[in-house]
Amino acid sequence: MKPAILIDKITKTYPGKQAVMALDNVSLQIGEGELFGLIGPDGAGKTSLFRILTTLLLADSGSAMVEGLDVVKDFRKIRDQIGYMPGKFSLYPDLTVEENLRFFADVFNTTVEANYESIKDIYVQIEPFKKRRAGKLSGGMKQKLALCCALIHKPTVLFLDEPTTGVDPVSRKEFWEMLRKLKEQGITIFVSTPYMDEAALCDRIALIQSGKILSVDTPRDVVEAFPYQLYAVRADNNYRLLTHLKRQENVELAYISGEFLHLIFKKEGFRIDFPYLEMKPIKPTIEDCFIQLMNR
Amino acid sequence: MKAIEVKGLTKRFGQFTAVDQITFEVEQGEIFGFLGANGAGKTTAMRMLCGLLNPTSGYGKVAGFDIYKNTNDIKRNIGYMSQKFSLYEDLTATENFELFGGIYGLSRKEIKSKTEKVFADLGLQAQRKLLVKSLPLGIKQKVSFAVSTFHSPKIVFLDEPTGGVDPMARRTFWEMIYAAAEHGITSFVTTHYMDEAEYCNRISIMVDGQIRALDTPSNLKREFQSESMEEVFHALARQAKRSGE
Repeated sequence: MKPAILIDKITKTYPGKQAVMALDNVSLQIGEGELFGLIGPDGAGKTSLFRILTTLLLADSGSAMVEGLDVVKDFRKIRDQIGYMPGKFSLYPDLTVEENLRFFADVFNTTVEANYESIKDIYVQIEPFKKRRAGKLSGGMKQKLALCCALIHKPTVLFLDEPTTGVDPVSRKEFWEMLRKLKEQGITIFVSTPYMDEAALCDRIALIQSGKILSVDTPRDVVEAFPYQLYAVRADNNYRLLTHLKRQENVELAYISGEFLHLIFKKEGFRIDFPYLEMKPIKPTIEDCFIQLMNR
Repeated sequence: MKAIEVKGLTKRFGQFTAVDQITFEVEQGEIFGFLGANGAGKTTAMRMLCGLLNPTSGYGKVAGFDIYKNTNDIKRNIGYMSQKFSLYEDLTATENFELFGGIYGLSRKEIKSKTEKVFADLGLQAQRKLLVKSLPLGIKQKVSFAVSTFHSPKIVFLDEPTGGVDPMARRTFWEMIYAAAEHGITSFVTTHYMDEAEYCNRISIMVDGQIRALDTPSNLKREFQSESMEEVFHALARQAKRSGE
């Protein structure tokens, strides 16, 4: 697998009274044509890493390459080759949908017509509103326009920083379907998200917390690597059950998860005394893996 | 007494019916999930329930008070927290409690003893003197919840309270909601996380201004023959004729 993105021991600190280490010795390799997810909560360091890779921020130490180009030395060349959709809506709110698109095409010395094929599938969904100002679009439509603008110069690598944050579950699903189609065109996609359930839609994922990578693998192998037997338990009052479990010596970890509580024992073979208890072994999700790794 | 009681509640803006004849009840101490895609009418409905917006028609009582006539009584008896704004960032957590306690007319003594209790419950003694803006998001959300329930409201409205935090912080936040419910505080919650929908006693799902489903999570899953609330939500949201535009 030829790497499209190569990240080698990147560290970034923001100085100040309470200095923050945003990225702590991060190394990753993302293959050409891969749909790679960087998954972690707010403040994990996702945006810092994206900004370093898109040549907008300098790392304290370490190095990174995008399409074989160095993010410091070759920053101009990189900017021509990549598409970047920042987490914050960054189009011109006073320009219409088509004006925004034309503007971005111009900036990259191309035309909307020349590259229309590559954005067609997405653009047709917002075309009925092409005369509307970008600032007046709904969240889901802004996101589609931003994606079109990031794609208009036919980038080979696409950086999407939390494209689905704050978007409702239906629009989120549509967005991921668009990403799968883009991947079929051969574009490398590096996408970040705080939604753990989106991990399953990626080829590979990296879990990140407090600037450190907790795990890198395919979603299936991250789940396979879970070192405990996980149980789902419930009773007629889950909150009281949870309070009870947290007091038990043999309970390593107990937390709510949907209509059940999830539970890990320090040692197997113990039983829990609680009225109307229902208990079954289950397979962990990415979120269970994340919780286990961050509590390690 | 019901915490919330609503019959045929409607809000029209000109030709557009944002909320279309919604009817439901929420019990005291219940955790009620209020779901819907963007643009379904959740915010408009919530603003009417909080006494911030006059309905076009229909009947409604919140904490026993009429949503047309007694909006000030409603405001005194509810708490509100949203992801966007709930705390003053340039004040410390302690100062935020003093400010909000003062606004709701609590005595200095009450404010002091409640503040002590909140910090002890949350295990945040070390952070009490720090400016809110320097706190991690997960802790900010907990402080925010504590502020919104500081005056012991009957109901607390939580508008997407957990966006962006790590999975453990999201769960400890829900444990706070459960603990509040044990003390009889009703929670009215909107969220985009479908696993959180399952933490609610009952859920309503809004589509095009109407409530199209209302039941316990397990009954809804049975009714829609779905494995998860995610599937239930998608099945309903697909019916939507109007989009969030």
